[in-house]
Amino acid sequence: MAQVLVAMSGGVDSAVAAALLVDQGHEVTGVHLKLADLPLDEQVPGHGCCTLDDAQDARRAAQVLGIPYYVWDMSEVFEREVQTPFAESYAAGVTPNPCVTCNERVKYAALLERARALGFEALATGHHARLRRAGAPVVEPGEGVELHRAVDGAKDQSYVLYVATPAQLAHTLLPVGELTKAQVREVAVARGLRVANKPDSYDVCFIPDGDTAGYLSQRLPVATGPIVDADGEVLGTHDGVWRFTVGQRRGLGLDHHERRFVTDVDADTATVRVGPREELACRWAELAAPSWTTGRPPEGPVRVQVRAHGRSVPGRVVPGVHGVRVELDEPVYGLALGQAAVVYSPDDTVCVGGGRVVAAERPAGLPVATPATS
Amino acid sequence: MMTTYLDHAATTPPRPEARAALSQWLEAANASATHLAGQAARTVVEEAREQVAVALRCSPHEVVFTSGGTEADNLAVKGVVWAARERSRSVPHLVTTAVEHPAVLDPARWLAARGDVRLTVVAPRGDGCVEVEAVLDALEPDTVLVSVMAANNELGAVNDLPALAAELRRRGVALHTDAVQAVATLDVDVTGWGVDALALSAHKFGGPQGVGVAVLRRGLGVVPLAHGGGQDRGVRSGTFAVALDAACAAALTAAVAERAQLRARLQAWTDRLAAALTALEGVTRSGPASSAERLASHLHLLLEGVEPAALSLTLDRAGVAASSGSACGAGAATASPVLEACGLVGTPLRLSLGWSTTNQEVERALEVLLDVVPRLQGRSVSAAVEVMS
Repeated sequence: MAQVLVAMSGGVDSAVAAALLVDQGHEVTGVHLKLADLPLDEQVPGHGCCTLDDAQDARRAAQVLGIPYYVWDMSEVFEREVQTPFAESYAAGVTPNPCVTCNERVKYAALLERARALGFEALATGHHARLRRAGAPVVEPGEGVELHRAVDGAKDQSYVLYVATPAQLAHTLLPVGELTKAQVREVAVARGLRVANKPDSYDVCFIPDGDTAGYLSQRLPVATGPIVDADGEVLGTHDGVWRFTVGQRRGLGLDHHERRFVTDVDADTATVRVGPREELACRWAELAAPSWTTGRPPEGPVRVQVRAHGRSVPGRVVPGVHGVRVELDEPVYGLALGQAAVVYSPDDTVCVGGGRVVAAERPAGLPVATPATS
Repeated sequence: MMTTYLDHAATTPPRPEARAALSQWLEAANASATHLAGQAARTVVEEAREQVAVALRCSPHEVVFTSGGTEADNLAVKGVVWAARERSRSVPHLVTTAVEHPAVLDPARWLAARGDVRLTVVAPRGDGCVEVEAVLDALEPDTVLVSVMAANNELGAVNDLPALAAELRRRGVALHTDAVQAVATLDVDVTGWGVDALALSAHKFGGPQGVGVAVLRRGLGVVPLAHGGGQDRGVRSGTFAVALDAACAAALTAAVAERAQLRARLQAWTDRLAAALTALEGVTRSGPASSAERLASHLHLLLEGVEPAALSLTLDRAGVAASSGSACGAGAATASPVLEACGLVGTPLRLSLGWSTTNQEVERALEVLLDVVPRLQGRSVSAAVEVMS
């Protein structure tokens, strides 16, 4: 039995996380984080995690479970640590993962520190990932914890938790990772939680309508530049490099028969380069700020995943220029700078850690990019 | 766990008299019906109205039952402004203060935003009191209403309404006062003070939630907010809430009967709490320095180096219910406009006592706070808070 603080977004996963912890006999307190300060008229219920309706759903779930519930306003730190860097990254031609940043700076690491300072022994979230101690599910905080993929592979969120350190994992509980999403919903129904059938949110929480370009266009200036092909031939123009991500196919506005992808975004010259899929092949990446859930970089073969919901590929972690370098046995396609490369055990079960991609193999004929922004 | 409840300014528990009236009249007939059962119900309403009039020293004809303080404030502010607009066909002037409850400030700003009124918001002193002179300076030739609260809900700062009312009477300007916080411990006297409109909320003096009183003096033109069956002289349509009105009146009668003793009791306790807590480093009492200018029930403290979210959670865990700030729509603590208007900075803690408070509760709260506040000011939490903010 432990004093556990549960981060409750208003969604079904964190509500069920709280329910499972209550059932396990923990003394549970719920907290809802007010992250993005969205104007009322931009709030779309059930999309993203920062609306008044979500705060109310979280409160209602806490009431049904009979646990204390608080709302903490973290919109200032969220704006500073997540939203502003998000836009700045795009402006620099880099594609950020705001969920990783949020876990690193706001939702997980800093919240855990605050929870500990307030006397809680553990922080729990509704992330779909599992913790294992000596092969068994973790139900009490303590040392010696491994971070595993969720039972439900399709919902696995271990990718966004790679920044967790061993010391942090010792004070973390992730109860829903042991269940499939269908089972999570069943528990919610059984417990009378009305969020049982709330749709999953896939969007960035502070862009509830999913229109990232529209969001960025309110924060970033129009800066036109050319769209070129591998030979430097200008195929069109664009009005801001931040509209483009390496690997992107749609929205190029090019009248062309062939399938073309964004293969490079150069913020310095405002140039967007496009090409066929082959040009996206990438066999290595340099990672900055590497972080290991095991406390040290892995040796020997590993698997590497470069997208939150992508497939991992076999590879290896070696010393690098900025921290470490991952070398891949088979290429990944569309690796954007700024994304997280997350490392798993050779059997693809344990999330070992990872880092931010600050340099990667580029299409032939381009210099290796090493932007200042990481 | 035993809870020590020191948030009577938010809601004070219902008095036995209110409970009795509520259950006695829960099954009342419609008080507007002409049959005997309806007449019996109407009798209950009118007796309640008379009790309220006696307690507040006004005429029963001037008492309107509302759904609470917010509706009573809205009725006075919007109702008087709209009535003046209808009379003069011009845009009249309204004066209120920066420390008013949102139930006054929001309708005032809303009226101004839609062009129904010109609004002047008077700044308070640093202790939360509003100077009579400052209000008079804000008057314009066509000012139709001044709305100044009798006592502030956060700081407990009491305003000199008799002096203000006398000045306004000479100038022919109507005065509305939100007396929601004041009535439990201050001798609210509509006639003696000379106010034209007054708002009360029953759950602040031992009545149930969901009922309140608007006093609207004869001769004050008021446009109704709710149109319908024409109950309460057409000022407030809606079926009479017989049981709620009776419970409201019963609670007010009981509150007024024991008010002087309650005031003396609470004064001693808030002073004791203040003396012991302000002896801690980084703890100061805000609000007026003189006890004559503050409510005996309220103790407002500013805590240096304490983070509001940590304070509220820690007090809850220790079983002490007190107000550590107001909440936004989502429920997160927000900065107080009242403290901002007074130029006060820091983490607020309001302890408010009421009719059911016991000496044991006061001692227990004191014990908890003397332990919790220095701990929250300690290094570990400050470090965590730095990460967050």
